[in-house]
Amino acid sequence: MALAIFWFFAGVAIVSALLVVVMRSPIASVFWLINTMLCLAAIFVMLDAQFIGAIQVLVYAGAVMVLFLFVIMLLNLGRADSDFKRVPVWFLVAVLVGVLASQLAPLMGYSRERLAIEYTRSTLLADPAIVFDSTLSPARATLDRGVPGDLAQPLFTQYLVPFELTSVLLLAAIVGAVLLAKRRI
Amino acid sequence: MLLGPALAVSAILFCIGVAGVLLRRNAIVIFMCVELMLNAVNLTFIALAQAHGVAGQVFVFFVMTVAAAEAAVGLAIILAIFRHHKSVDLKNINLLRG
Repeated sequence: MALAIFWFFAGVAIVSALLVVVMRSPIASVFWLINTMLCLAAIFVMLDAQFIGAIQVLVYAGAVMVLFLFVIMLLNLGRADSDFKRVPVWFLVAVLVGVLASQLAPLMGYSRERLAIEYTRSTLLADPAIVFDSTLSPARATLDRGVPGDLAQPLFTQYLVPFELTSVLLLAAIVGAVLLAKRRI
Repeated sequence: MLLGPALAVSAILFCIGVAGVLLRRNAIVIFMCVELMLNAVNLTFIALAQAHGVAGQVFVFFVMTVAAAEAAVGLAIILAIFRHHKSVDLKNINLLRG
């Protein structure tokens, strides 16, 4: 049942992602991308990342995509006549994407067991229950500390310095965006 | 466990994003395809976090912060380009072409 729901959301996400690339109007692309992100949020919830799913909806589908819509409306971008590159480029892209996809295809067969075998580099002791500390798993952390707590505990202890550095990054981004958007630069 | 299917879906989404970046000429659509690739990588992190531990989710948190900052600065750059060229078509942006 869980797998069926997963494949439903995955299928909708993939079709929407294709439509993002194919659609001529940028506004349509934005709405299909929002659809992809909402499906991904649902998949995140299924993968024991409820808080990430929530901020995916709030930050990505909400704030970032509204920013995109706002800029498209500000620039008054309509449907372009020839928005795609020329046909010779298409073959090159097809080859490149085909190579990339064939490299990534083996990921389909991954499981916890295979991950454990590659992690310990031996087939003998590769029991995922022993290799991966079950107290660190998101499902267990949610049981112990609640949904925001499973993310907050490592974020504010082990990853406190990177967390503070992101605030500097955001400040730099704000200053840069304001400076770039000024009339005269 | 959904590890294998989730990794496969993220690979497909990443490939679609790469194709979009290479095929389109509209700067804003290319930017959206970059966001799509970031989302695909986030899905990989979340899927592996389910097996490995919560640290993957913390990384997704950071990736989202960086993506938000990147969107703000990138869209400001696109606005500046639009003011200069009156279009966001990348064929007009060829100052570095030899």
